[in-house]
Amino acid sequence: MKSAVITFPGSNCDRDMDVALKKFGFKNKMVWHQDVELPKSDLVVLPGGFSYGDYLRCGSMASKSKIMQSVINFANSGGMVMGICNGFQILVETGLVPGVLLRNKYLEFICKNVFVKINDKSNIYFKDISSNVLELHIAHNDGNYFCTNDQLKEIEDNAQVAINYCDPEGKIEEPFNPNGSIKNIAGIFNKEKNVLGMMPHPERMIDPSLSGEDGSYFFKNLINNLK
Amino acid sequence: MIVNEKIAIDHGLKKDEYKKICELLKRTPNITELGIFSAMWNEHCSYKSSRLHLKKLPTKGKQVIQGPGENAGVVDIGDNDAIVFKIESHNHPSFIEPYQGAATGVGGIMRDVFTMGARPIANLNSIHFGSTQHKKTKNLLRGVVHGIGGYGNCMGVPTIAGQTSFDSSYNGNILVNAMTLGLVKKDKIFYSKAAGLNKPVIYVGSKTGRDGIHGASMASASFDDKIEEKKPTVQVGDPFTEKLLLEACLELMAGDSIIAIQDMGAAGLTSSSIEMASKGNLGIEINLNKVPCRETKMTPYEIMLSESQERMLIVLENGKEEQAKTIFDKWNLDFAVIGKTTKSKKIELYFDNEKVADIPVNTLVENSPMYDRKWKKAKLPKKNKNNKDDINNLKIIEVLKKILANPNICSKEWIWQQYDHTVMGDTIQKPGGDSGVVRVHGTKKAVAASVDSSAVYCWAHPLTGGKQVVCESFRNLISVGAKPIAITNCLNFGSPENEENMGEFVECVQGIGEASSYLKFPVVSGNVSFYNQTKDRGIKPTPSIGGVGLIKDYTKMTTMDFKEVDNVVLVIGKTEGHIDQSLFSRVILDEKNGPPPEINLFNEKNNGETLLKLIDSNLIKSAHDISLGGIMTAVSKMCIKGNKGINLKKPKYLISEIEYFFAEDQGRYVVEISKNDQKKVLDILNKNAVHYDQLGTINENMLFLNEKTKVTIDELKEFNTTWLKKYMSN
Repeated sequence: MKSAVITFPGSNCDRDMDVALKKFGFKNKMVWHQDVELPKSDLVVLPGGFSYGDYLRCGSMASKSKIMQSVINFANSGGMVMGICNGFQILVETGLVPGVLLRNKYLEFICKNVFVKINDKSNIYFKDISSNVLELHIAHNDGNYFCTNDQLKEIEDNAQVAINYCDPEGKIEEPFNPNGSIKNIAGIFNKEKNVLGMMPHPERMIDPSLSGEDGSYFFKNLINNLK
Repeated sequence: MIVNEKIAIDHGLKKDEYKKICELLKRTPNITELGIFSAMWNEHCSYKSSRLHLKKLPTKGKQVIQGPGENAGVVDIGDNDAIVFKIESHNHPSFIEPYQGAATGVGGIMRDVFTMGARPIANLNSIHFGSTQHKKTKNLLRGVVHGIGGYGNCMGVPTIAGQTSFDSSYNGNILVNAMTLGLVKKDKIFYSKAAGLNKPVIYVGSKTGRDGIHGASMASASFDDKIEEKKPTVQVGDPFTEKLLLEACLELMAGDSIIAIQDMGAAGLTSSSIEMASKGNLGIEINLNKVPCRETKMTPYEIMLSESQERMLIVLENGKEEQAKTIFDKWNLDFAVIGKTTKSKKIELYFDNEKVADIPVNTLVENSPMYDRKWKKAKLPKKNKNNKDDINNLKIIEVLKKILANPNICSKEWIWQQYDHTVMGDTIQKPGGDSGVVRVHGTKKAVAASVDSSAVYCWAHPLTGGKQVVCESFRNLISVGAKPIAITNCLNFGSPENEENMGEFVECVQGIGEASSYLKFPVVSGNVSFYNQTKDRGIKPTPSIGGVGLIKDYTKMTTMDFKEVDNVVLVIGKTEGHIDQSLFSRVILDEKNGPPPEINLFNEKNNGETLLKLIDSNLIKSAHDISLGGIMTAVSKMCIKGNKGINLKKPKYLISEIEYFFAEDQGRYVVEISKNDQKKVLDILNKNAVHYDQLGTINENMLFLNEKTKVTIDELKEFNTTWLKKYMSN
């Protein structure tokens, strides 16, 4: 399986993603934001970081990068595109997934482990993960997902909410919402479910020595389902 | 403008110093030259009051590749890998403008590390604030934490450990010390020594603006009532540009075109160019019209003294300019050839076709002033005569709750949760433990680091305090299973012109020297910050020690959380019941006097090395050093972290329960071992003549003392973990 990770100026989880993808068997290529063509890939990843310093709205500058037109075309033709953290913010800015990501509710950067509930296992990203709850890691300043009531109805009707913040048992309640996201939303799909944006970093949870190992399930399934 | 004595004094120079400048130049300096002298000769850059004493520190060791004098120290960790590290203060700017002050402190220290060719792999910090009752404390704490996070998080370098304290002596002068560790291949280390004639001198990074002019001079003076006016001397950080600069520099460093490289930190273009010339025994000629400027009509004086951030100066091999420029263009950074190396041994500056400065380099460096300041030796305070009955009538659990919720003991999660501590995917021990630990990417090795200071001990008796901080750093590394390698120190003191403050400095340095020499734990880098005072009141002497150690096989790393019910808990090291200067004494007895606990370097080394052997043999399940708050505090934290309880029993000593559990004697650890290993462990401790106490056994969730007093761990946790959050949300 071939993957590509885009490096924007200010990306800082690009190497971590490269390490994780390779660990679980992807042949990964790093792609520079000024390139025009994507290499032939089964999966394109927009990594975390602070693209262009996030001095404007997070992700907005990166969404206008040269390479992004190819990424958008790839996604629109059914290609798998995943945005993690800043990558999610970029996806939102391109309009590939609906909604916006606001400053965290308590106005502070949050770095900690959280639990997320997988809502739907019929899609390629989460199919065959045995548990309904994963322990993942978040590290962000602007992860407070927001959308209009109409949008919310639409994404709920289409089962586009991929994961929600929850407790270890999978209860989706306000005390387990780290950043004020509407309905505890931690990740969403596009309508066709080939594009996934999420705040948690599975690539930081791939080894028992790190903060946890649940990210491994995510990557193992991803490569198996893509085969 | 014609320079005279008054203008020189306004620049922070003393009368004698101005006289000496005129003598060295054999003429009156012009204003640009005066600015350069004042920047190079201030305390911050010249170390004029401290040099004499710093010389006495042990700086060599088997693993030391580079000691003090470069951008950062370098130690060998085997397999052609080396760790570059340093700690630095950014106290004055952080008090004036907490967000930018702290942010640029973090940016500056990271630049020091990657200037040497190392990719930063971990950040740490030591931050000290005034009393929690003081009106400024909350805002300063919030600003500093946001600033540290804002810069480090954006750079994508994990912040893995730190230290925070509150003490009224910092009410008018907080401390912000930032430390960075970087990883480099031993044969790819870059230095700041220029070499060769007519080599191009290159400016890269951000443009030069008017920010931070005289920042280093501001850091060399005391605060008065007019600090608001000093805001323009604080630099503004841009972590995004620094991230680009990091990647661009590392890309250029992969080739062989760099002769010397130096970041523009304090005193900007002035100190970076002079340092490179001085180390290479060369001259440098710069055309200031070529320096990329952010603002129009900047004068030579402003260009030379600006402390705009995220800039580097490089001496390149001839003919490599185009190749280097391509890299900096790719990263969208300014690149300009601004001058060349010369044989004149002078710094020669041109602006609008006129020579605007012409100064022999040695007058700025070797001939800079050095003072043997007067200092006063501190007496060891007399021991307190505490009323034994009063102490013994205290309810131990109530005391414990108070101590666990004390601002200096309570959990600092509110702080470190705002720092990205897991980016780079190698953090295997996050903040909140004895040391932070990161793996050496792609290997079995890991590097541990901690930062410590004990201002109260140093204030009570500087010599003992200086030794203690080094020992505590040593213990924090050993507690995670790391072999201590070397330290970096950030020496925060009051005015060197005050005999008592100077005495505190001299004796703390002596203590640091004695301990680091005995423990073979040399000082490889550091920085001195004097004038930490408001009007005539200095802060408590606060040397911060950043320690670095190596874990050869990271699967053997230990953590402090209790692991398993029925395991046995020991105290390693002897408890004499030293209560004076303990947190217990200050918080519960409201007694501020008395001597700090004594340091026995032999026991410190022996206990530590023996424990390290036990860890290496996989005999230790958890470990934690005993420091502030004594045995009871250490054990409670291990219970809280591991969600386990303990049945405690005080050994049959002559001292009382309170003394045993809250004393702050040194050289001690709490360790957990399995019952099956007990005989083996005790044999090793006995064989090495290490004193130990059998303290208790682990249970599910209660802390029992002598089977009668009890408290749930959940309750202790509540006291420990909520104080800071509540304080910051009020």
